[in-house]
Amino acid sequence: MAQVQALVLNMFEQGFLYAFLGLGVLITFRFFRFPDLTAEGSYPLGGAVAAALLVQHVDPFVATFAAAAAGATAGVVTALIHTKLRINNIIAGIIAMTALYSINLRVMGKANVPLLTTPSVFSETIGWFNQLGLDLPDNVFTTIPIVFVLLALGALVLIWFFTTDLGLAVRATGQNETMIASLGVDTDRTKMVGLGLSNAFIAFSGALVAQNHGFADIGMGIGILVTGAAAVLIGEAIFGDRTVAWWVVAVICGTVIYRLLVALALRVGLEPVDLRLVTAVLLLLALTVPRWRRHVFG
Amino acid sequence: MTPILSLNGVTKRFHGGTPSEVLALSEVNLAVAAGDFVTIIGSNGAGKSTLLNAIAGLVDLDAGTIAFEGRDVTRAPVYRRAAVIGRIDQDPGDSTCAAMTIEENLAMAERRGMHRGLRRAVTASARARFAAALAPIGLGLQTRLAARVGTLSGGQRQALALLMATIAGARLLLLDEHLAALDPRTADIVMGLTERLVVAHNMTTLMITHKMQDAIRIGNRLIMMHEGRIILDVRDAAKAALTVDALVARFHQAGGDISEDRVLLAT
Repeated sequence: MAQVQALVLNMFEQGFLYAFLGLGVLITFRFFRFPDLTAEGSYPLGGAVAAALLVQHVDPFVATFAAAAAGATAGVVTALIHTKLRINNIIAGIIAMTALYSINLRVMGKANVPLLTTPSVFSETIGWFNQLGLDLPDNVFTTIPIVFVLLALGALVLIWFFTTDLGLAVRATGQNETMIASLGVDTDRTKMVGLGLSNAFIAFSGALVAQNHGFADIGMGIGILVTGAAAVLIGEAIFGDRTVAWWVVAVICGTVIYRLLVALALRVGLEPVDLRLVTAVLLLLALTVPRWRRHVFG
Repeated sequence: MTPILSLNGVTKRFHGGTPSEVLALSEVNLAVAAGDFVTIIGSNGAGKSTLLNAIAGLVDLDAGTIAFEGRDVTRAPVYRRAAVIGRIDQDPGDSTCAAMTIEENLAMAERRGMHRGLRRAVTASARARFAAALAPIGLGLQTRLAARVGTLSGGQRQALALLMATIAGARLLLLDEHLAALDPRTADIVMGLTERLVVAHNMTTLMITHKMQDAIRIGNRLIMMHEGRIILDVRDAAKAALTVDALVARFHQAGGDISEDRVLLAT
């Protein structure tokens, strides 16, 4: 029973932390219809910027939002490489990802920055409540509601943004660029907005995960795009894709389910080294099951 | 009076410098007066689509200039010209966004050439406006505002594209065989809608068609293109007096091989 409880708590905690990543990947992978490899650099960039600021005793919330701003900048740079230098969007992402590896090392100063003794957005928030006379512990029972509130705010911002004039133009840029340009939209600009927003969410995720796990590491971004894509695909496979709001909720649920499946895989005796294989199988299932289901029931 | 659109010596080569070089537009001069409805005919590869794409800014010219209301727009990107130019292509998939809803498509079209900020795109008043604009079309789209455009038929999508092209201040309408993918009955409905909207919004229109009868019946001016040049340009009474046979004869005279062309099939 205790084991099940630990599993469920871990699922929600890690799921919500990685859901920001899933939402960022949703923007590029689904709305812009290409896998943006900038994520592999902007996710650790978020961790690196947050870590570098936290060890300098910067306020954790300031550090976390600075990480998101750094991620947004990375996304804008990828968009500039793609639009102004006319380089294929996947190659542009690979170039940004490569450059960010060195930048992340420079930001951190070393390959791994421990954050166990520095305050975090979690310890900071718990501290506020405890000043009000509560006596909250800094553990998974307090992290989950804190991340959930941040995630709910992030999801609402995304849903709201994609119903504005600019948001519609950004979505249409990925769906039918010729058409939206013929309605007077400068698609170079909407690509910057979309990639910037996407990588801001991804870096925000990296900053939160670093604070939750107690370290930022240069290798934390390896394979992260696939993790985000898995969340998107699992969410779609289970919930479908009706409206932007529905899609956002599906991706959050997809991330939580992905973390549960990973935790279960470890529970049934697989080793951490097997996790990439598990992810690959999950991706294949998420891609094929909806097709198969349509075939059987459709 | 300054023409609304004027092309001077417009030239465009594709695959320049290679054995497969094609001269798509060869020193084309064209002045279109405000309110003109010009139909454009010609065989495949005559340069009709390249002409419209050059006006819209989709192709860079090798030589020549294009001016809109006396203002040189030769180097202006597509999105800048779009403030005054509405455009519909042959493929119903091109001029609307399939993954988005009817109301979202119309909301995007309503902001043509305007700043797009963080204002809510689809408001209750916008929905009322869209429903009122869609109702007269007669395709029942006003009750399906929240439906994805991808679920519509080709005719419904072209009708929506027409509304999107005319809803917000564009003064020039470019139609590149926008009926070609539709069945004859739907094509008639969409053509009727085209004529109504062009009159209602007082738009200057250039329409490519492969139906000679349409080209003669519709509009006040007809041009025929061949090998990148305008080889016939008639208007008003002279245009009204044209016959399909006369056009085919004119076409032969220009050396066009009409036997293997859709033009003949469509007569």
